[in-house]
Amino acid sequence: MIDPQMFQLVCFYAFAAVTVIAALSVITLRNSVHAVLALVLTFFSTACIWMLAEAEFLAIALIVVYVGAVMVLFLFVVMMLDIDQEKLREGFVKFLPVGLVVAVVMLVEMLGLIGVRVMHAQTMGVNPATAAGMSNTAWLGMALYTQYLLPFEVAALILTVGVIAAVALTLRQRTGVRHQQASEQVAVNARDRVRIVKMAAERPIVGEPGSQSAPAEEPKP
Amino acid sequence: MGDQILHQLIIPILLVVAVVLPLTLTVALYVYWERKVLGWMHVRMGPNQIGPLGLLQAFADVVKLICKEVILPTNANKFLYYTAPLLALIPALAAWAVIPFGARFALSNANAGLLYLLAMTSLGVYGIILAGWASNSRYALLGAMRSAAQVISYELAMGLCLVCVLVLAGSLNLTDIVNAQAGHKGILDWFMWPLLPVFVVYFVSGVAETNRAPFDVAEGESEIVAGFHVEYSGSTFALFFLAEYANMILVSFLASLLFMGGWLSPFPESVPVLGHTSFIWLLAKAFFFAFLFLWFRATFPRYRYDQIMRLGWKVFIPIAIVWVFVAGCMKYYGWVHIGTGG
Repeated sequence: MIDPQMFQLVCFYAFAAVTVIAALSVITLRNSVHAVLALVLTFFSTACIWMLAEAEFLAIALIVVYVGAVMVLFLFVVMMLDIDQEKLREGFVKFLPVGLVVAVVMLVEMLGLIGVRVMHAQTMGVNPATAAGMSNTAWLGMALYTQYLLPFEVAALILTVGVIAAVALTLRQRTGVRHQQASEQVAVNARDRVRIVKMAAERPIVGEPGSQSAPAEEPKP
Repeated sequence: MGDQILHQLIIPILLVVAVVLPLTLTVALYVYWERKVLGWMHVRMGPNQIGPLGLLQAFADVVKLICKEVILPTNANKFLYYTAPLLALIPALAAWAVIPFGARFALSNANAGLLYLLAMTSLGVYGIILAGWASNSRYALLGAMRSAAQVISYELAMGLCLVCVLVLAGSLNLTDIVNAQAGHKGILDWFMWPLLPVFVVYFVSGVAETNRAPFDVAEGESEIVAGFHVEYSGSTFALFFLAEYANMILVSFLASLLFMGGWLSPFPESVPVLGHTSFIWLLAKAFFFAFLFLWFRATFPRYRYDQIMRLGWKVFIPIAIVWVFVAGCMKYYGWVHIGTGG
């Protein structure tokens, strides 16, 4: 009834259309929070397209890493900033030529790339994961940890250096800040903090001001 | 032709209904059970007026919430204000698609099931953040901020715990992960023993991910009124409520599937009747974890915000990273022989 190939094609164009519209709204929406959400939608529909191409690991990694973590931080920052929309709009005409030049250069480059690809008539090879009879994730893991182990580890190392550098850049030592030391708190003995003193019970002295049990001075009849 | 429609459309939809409907009912009964347990722990009765033993209390609450007016705060962002509860609920329900309820029953027996779960649970935070921002209220925004930072921190620890599980199981498929824990020794074959520290870290991170006490700073009713959902009333509030409880039940199911052998019996196979695999075992384990959520709530005072961050980053993540190495060594050198079935 429904041709699977046809359905796949329709799905591809639908996801692609959503991606393009969402990407356009990222730069056209006035509200910056809306723009961030449009970017989230762009990522999400890109992940759907990758899923169609049977790159399930990349698709889900995109959602976990970008949608689930990076964009949440983005949203976090954008919500905290009080962006003055009018001020941002001021430079629009001034920067328009520069923007146009960049856009045109990018367009020409992309067209050139597409042209090269068409002339080579490069067709996509056989999906190596299906050829090996494994799921996409398993195949990717195999390839990364055997064939491409060194580049993979180097990339991981560079990222780690980046993380440490970012922390080092923002870390500042301040004096006079008191931090909670959980280990010290746990190590504390009750004996060091509380001293129990033995003493005889005190009885209120009759007639002294302030003592509750002093008999009220009743006028004698 | 009619056959194709039946197999591709109607049966999947019926299956989805067969999961979502009981889930919603379970949420209602879980809320009742929570109030009862909290009541007993506080030495009071809990709900006992509506229906036998107060069993209909949750349904009465649902009717009340649906009948209430939904009030839009002044200057709130109307579109996001109404989408936020949906954004919280949809991932909470979508995650159930890959949960296997038995050796042969899962809505989708996806190969990358665990990855899909990670993706879905990481999406739920958008509902909370957007609710906080769109309500145009300071308290709600504070709650959203706290929630965002907390969920991101604990997701890392949670992801690393899942890495340990999949190193031992050798698969991302949830059914395979459970089957990898099958063996002749019953309870001793489960992943909870070689992965004990990670198991604890996972469940506590799960409590933090669902914003439940003692990690409920996003709500923090004593400091920031009710956090992100302070401006929500009636049915929109009910949706947040439903999402939160569906997530709690999801974490309970996941903990029992990943670490406690899912539908496998704790008794060795040689024991008659009790040694059989059954859906009932999975339910019993999930019920135990769901009860832990309530027990925590009745027992622990709320963590302070900086203490939550310290616990996540300085305690849980290092433990999980070390245990990824340990799990790798276990697998590589064959230190533990668990799960002969895997």
